[in-house]
Amino acid sequence: MAILKGVLGAAVGYALGFALVAAVQLAMGNPVGGAAPVVIGSVLATAGWLLGVGLWRAWAREWFGLEPDRETPTGPGRYFRFTTDHKVIGIQYLVTFVIVFGLAGLLAMVVRWELLTPAADLGGDAYNQVMSLHGILMVAVAVAAVLGGLGNYCVPLMIGARDMAFPRLNALSYWLVPPVAALLLTAPFVGGWDSGWTAYPPLSVVNGGGQVLFVVAIVIFGLSSILGGLNAIATILRMRAPGMTLMRMPIFVWSVLAASIISLLFTQFFAASLILVLLDRVAGTTFFEAAGGGSPLLYQHLFWFYSHPAVYVMILPGFGITLEVLAHFSRKPLFAYKGAVAGFLGIVGLSGIVWAHHMFTSGMAHFMNIPFMALTELISIPTGLVFLSALGTIWRGRLWLRTPMLFALAVLFNFAIGGVTGIYLADVATDLHLQDTYFVVAHFHYTIVGGEIFALMAGIYYWYPKITGRMYREGLGRLHAVWMFLAFQLVFLPLFVAGIHGMNRRINEYVEPLQGYNTFSSVAAFALGAVFLVALGNLAWSWARGPVAEANPWRASTLEWTTSSPPPLHNFERTPEVVGDPYPYGEPGAAHVRPVVVPTIAGGSE
Amino acid sequence: MAATTEHLRHEAESPAERLRTNRLGLWLFIASESFLFAALISARYYLLGTERSEHLNQPLGFLISLVLLTSSLFAYRAETAARFGDQRGFRRATATTIALGLLFMVGVVLEWREGLAFFPPSTLYGSAFFTLVGFHAFHVFTGIVALALLLWAGRDGRFGPENHWPVEGVIKYWHFVDVAWVFIFPTLYLVK
Repeated sequence: MAILKGVLGAAVGYALGFALVAAVQLAMGNPVGGAAPVVIGSVLATAGWLLGVGLWRAWAREWFGLEPDRETPTGPGRYFRFTTDHKVIGIQYLVTFVIVFGLAGLLAMVVRWELLTPAADLGGDAYNQVMSLHGILMVAVAVAAVLGGLGNYCVPLMIGARDMAFPRLNALSYWLVPPVAALLLTAPFVGGWDSGWTAYPPLSVVNGGGQVLFVVAIVIFGLSSILGGLNAIATILRMRAPGMTLMRMPIFVWSVLAASIISLLFTQFFAASLILVLLDRVAGTTFFEAAGGGSPLLYQHLFWFYSHPAVYVMILPGFGITLEVLAHFSRKPLFAYKGAVAGFLGIVGLSGIVWAHHMFTSGMAHFMNIPFMALTELISIPTGLVFLSALGTIWRGRLWLRTPMLFALAVLFNFAIGGVTGIYLADVATDLHLQDTYFVVAHFHYTIVGGEIFALMAGIYYWYPKITGRMYREGLGRLHAVWMFLAFQLVFLPLFVAGIHGMNRRINEYVEPLQGYNTFSSVAAFALGAVFLVALGNLAWSWARGPVAEANPWRASTLEWTTSSPPPLHNFERTPEVVGDPYPYGEPGAAHVRPVVVPTIAGGSE
Repeated sequence: MAATTEHLRHEAESPAERLRTNRLGLWLFIASESFLFAALISARYYLLGTERSEHLNQPLGFLISLVLLTSSLFAYRAETAARFGDQRGFRRATATTIALGLLFMVGVVLEWREGLAFFPPSTLYGSAFFTLVGFHAFHVFTGIVALALLLWAGRDGRFGPENHWPVEGVIKYWHFVDVAWVFIFPTLYLVK
């Protein structure tokens, strides 16, 4: 019902926006049409969608002095409504982005299918659109699945809060996502766009009409990301339970805080750079057109000022989950907790001053190369702190090799490769050779898939019993971990070599001698894709039919495990009182939370 | 079936605590918005250095800056009046702020009409000028809408010592938009 109203609101909004611009165009004696009515139409459609889906009912009424509806819906219908419960919103995010992940994964299969042989099977235009859509959808998953999904679900539970600091803003952040998906998936039908997820001008100023929808979609997604980050920071700083000092927070909460600072501030630069592209296309400005005195390099500066920090928005919560799981499944306190926190904050601090390492071959002034190389390589110091914390934690621990732990260990292996290969790209001399080759593609996938997506899997299996109240099949979970780990190596290791031998990225044809690497990688990619069918089957079936989970199946120490699985609407029966460090394993007499009665049966949500 | 979360959420949080949380949220939003203006201002310097058009209407630019800065004074009076429950003062000061905001917008329109003739958006300076002023004017516009909503919602005298956050939030935002202009004005009109 709410969604129907949202769609209706979107239709009305679009019509209104289109008519408005068309009227102005008529009044000014210009021809009606072009991109402007579509842009304003899409923006108003998004507003109409939000108002229809529940923003008006639950919030906007208040702005007009009316009484808003403060009811929180229960029952299965609440997953399809504008709901303020952070647990519902977390599940909405997770399910949405699992679907997006599946779509983008299918597109990856298309990419690997095209690259199976040196010849072009698909055609350059179609390939470029597939590659671009794969890129941006996966970037969206990487930015929002962990922060919006697990962050939303777990952070309030882990700090002993009843909800986020701004529950209605939280709902708004989520309901901004469907318009983004709708716009991105409409784009291929109106000409598509072929400029990759990076959307560099001059191409993005002159290419097909789909680029306009891309820009509007990403600006809306940016807004969602900014509001989500704002909410997470306020929640972590203001909503902690008594006794939960900053240095007693579980490490995952720290990582969400660090990543949220980046998305709150830097996302504006991505929005700004894309809006300038839009103005160049629609309003006739000349920011990026060299003919009018503009500079395409300006776009790259603005874009990477966000998009480099964005990789830390992706990986920091991944590190957080990894350290969290390593501590619980090694049955040891997290090694060098303060060092890991310093590492996170150090990464945040450095993230904003390294962007131009993406531009060594772009034609910027040469004197900038060395400083940006040095600054970029400085990042290995805080990252090294996080790694030392991880290694120190498993050192002489009693490793409990359940599914989440297998994924967390895989993150260490994968990210080590991703991190080390990053040094060659930060180094100007080697980057001149490796830039725009598959070496970059392999490096990026090793950090973000090997780091963050493996960590996302660790997190999903780790918190699965808490979120669903049921237990997944352990055997299938381990199969997923081992299979995904092996297939992943086989896909991307050969691509490093192909890159060194000069395999360009973003091409659908290549020279004969590179076929070996590509065919190998493609076959492995199909195997990697297939494992997600196993995972999806396991997780979906267990959610419906799996054995009922205990409140604390891992005997873990942090707060989310002291309440029932799934937790009741208000999270805790009584406000918990935190008395010590988050991982007091093996320390006689130590505790994180004052002993509370742990409910052992599931199903407290209604 | 339905349950309300409102009482649960506020169980652990007094109104004073909620006010502090709201304020933090607003400051975070303002920090984020500053980055937007920083991006646009840095684009101007990147493309043009300190070069600027010779055809700017300096007296008009100065005048609208004065109007906007004066509006902050009245905005402050509106906030204080709401905090002390002075309904008449709140309404009058809010209306004055809106009027000054609208006057600023009129000034922007006049400025744009002149600007279009001398440095259209297809020139480099025009790109920077119309984008920066446009983004800022859009913020002023949202501020005016928010102030108008305050005036409308507060017609029953609901804003007082116990309930002044909506007023405080909008007015702080208004001050922020003013401060943004304090950076944009010299960026476009004064540096050389």
